[in-house]
Amino acid sequence: MTEDVSTSNEIPQPESFAFDAESEAAIGTIVARYPAGKQASAVIPLLYVVQRQMKRQTGSAWVPLKGMDAVAERLGMPPIRVYEVATFYFMFNTKPIGRFHLQVCGTTPCWLRGSDDVARACRDAAHVAGYGQTSADGMFTLSEVECLGGCVNAPILQVDDDYYEDLDYEGTVRLIEALRRGERPKPGSMIGRQTSAPAGGPLTLLDVPGE
Amino acid sequence: MALSDKDRIFTNLYGQQDWRLDAARRRGQWDDTKGLIGKGRDWIIEEVKNSGLRGRGGAGFPTGLKWSFMPKQSDGRPHYLVVNSDESEPGTCKDRDILRHDPHTLVEGCLIAGVAMGAHAGYIYVRGEYYNEHLVLQAAIDEAYKAGLLGKDACGAGWDFDLYVHRGAGAYICGEETALIESLEGKKGMPRLKPPFPAAVGLYGCPTTVNNVETIAVVPTILRRGAAWFAGFGRPKNSGTKIFCIQGHVNKPCNVEEEMSIPLRELIEKHAGGVRGGWDNLLAVIPGGSSTPMLPKHICDDVLMDFDALREHRSGLGTAGVIVMDKSTDLIKAIARLSAFYKHESCGQCTPCREGMGWVKRMMDRMVEGRAETAEIDVLEQVTRQIEGHTICALADGGVWPVQGLIRHFRPMMEERIAAYKARKGSPQPTLPMAAE
Repeated sequence: MTEDVSTSNEIPQPESFAFDAESEAAIGTIVARYPAGKQASAVIPLLYVVQRQMKRQTGSAWVPLKGMDAVAERLGMPPIRVYEVATFYFMFNTKPIGRFHLQVCGTTPCWLRGSDDVARACRDAAHVAGYGQTSADGMFTLSEVECLGGCVNAPILQVDDDYYEDLDYEGTVRLIEALRRGERPKPGSMIGRQTSAPAGGPLTLLDVPGE
Repeated sequence: MALSDKDRIFTNLYGQQDWRLDAARRRGQWDDTKGLIGKGRDWIIEEVKNSGLRGRGGAGFPTGLKWSFMPKQSDGRPHYLVVNSDESEPGTCKDRDILRHDPHTLVEGCLIAGVAMGAHAGYIYVRGEYYNEHLVLQAAIDEAYKAGLLGKDACGAGWDFDLYVHRGAGAYICGEETALIESLEGKKGMPRLKPPFPAAVGLYGCPTTVNNVETIAVVPTILRRGAAWFAGFGRPKNSGTKIFCIQGHVNKPCNVEEEMSIPLRELIEKHAGGVRGGWDNLLAVIPGGSSTPMLPKHICDDVLMDFDALREHRSGLGTAGVIVMDKSTDLIKAIARLSAFYKHESCGQCTPCREGMGWVKRMMDRMVEGRAETAEIDVLEQVTRQIEGHTICALADGGVWPVQGLIRHFRPMMEERIAAYKARKGSPQPTLPMAAE
């Protein structure tokens, strides 16, 4: 589905990878979720641990080959099984990315609401030539992703882990300029909607028990 | 006959209130869960059967019946509950609201479902992109443990139950239940042949039932208010309430929990502010997520939103992701983009899907331009019939149904596009031989 791991050979790979203390703490919690002898289940969570550690250490969230090897060793799996998983699933970056990962949803529900404008705004404001590219200053990598599952708040731009919703061209430009300034706008609707309620306020759930 | 707030199950759908345990309890969740469990496994399954609940993940299989497939007695192997929260069907964003705003409906549902299927452990597989949502869910589980609602002797009801969150990493195919199990075991998400079905051989080779988030999350309320209450909504065999995701060319896109069998037009006009430019500006609606064939306006005028009514029109309720397209829409392009989606998401295991999804996408790209022969519309339709039903899982079926729907209802639009291309290019060059596509 994503690229062949062999293309990683052309990418400068770190010489080594070792889990740091924060990663080790996370691994302990993760592996305990699965029955004894079934620790291979932890392969996706551990690849996330690698990707996060790379982000902490280098500013770029990606999974180098040595990181996959470290996961394989920890879980007692043949390295090829980990390579398979790392390249099958779309969310693992097998090459370095920019400081911010701009992920434009281009699937039909977002496209109907103007995802082409969001993508254009990303190219213009982040100075990225196109999908799969990183800006010259290393700040932004632009990707097209498939349906993010936030369709009633389309179009959506996912920045790293956060969804920015109900965007248009200008709103996307403002968001990217804020990121460039080191600000992190609050995720969610960019037009002030209450999550998935209709614009202007909920028409249901006006009379519920609770608070 | 619109649903009133007192009959809504997801009373914090929009996150207006706190999602945490105390607030969830004030909304009625975790109310005498011990008593419900105390009525026993058979009672729970019988109530769920009587409620008429059908799976909310797309296929609409009767939930109580599915649960009854689990072995009555363990043969020594543990039983597992697996919750499918890999919500990735384009047009679907309902489970996201349950995870982030009403997670205790799901957590409580997992415990009850676990009892009903003899499972002492459950895994909730959350799509990787829902990072913030999975944090909320995990926090809700943590506080449930702390309150004694999960873990050893959960709720003091004498049943041990552990619940875990597992994140995926961006693969639509993992919403297919056996691919999800493979993924949860640490492999590529490639669907398994059935039989054996997961109820016999599922996670780690053990009896397993995979259910959608919404399916599990409605169960506690059904048990508390009674099967008859839930069955009282919607038409027979289509009962209950349902979260609809109304999007696309409507004035106010939103999620809303409504009664099953609500007319599509009422759903759109009452909750989503109507079609942009008015009802007469409607061109077509994809009624149940991307896999369900589109319906032209004349069907939308009076169709009911339930499994059977949509099936009569050769479409489906699917996940109830309602994608509205007005007359400004390039329908061919809208469907071509879905073809690109299915090509991207094919796991590559079965040849008709691996090769077919790419072929269909390339054909659809030509149809968008009109760079085709009229006869190729028939070829395209025939090839989709060759793909459909010839793969291990339903991804390829879902990939070709939108194309079939387009051809069924909007063939003249495709022919016009081809004619316009020919007119523009003068004497048309023959298009590429089809085998080369």
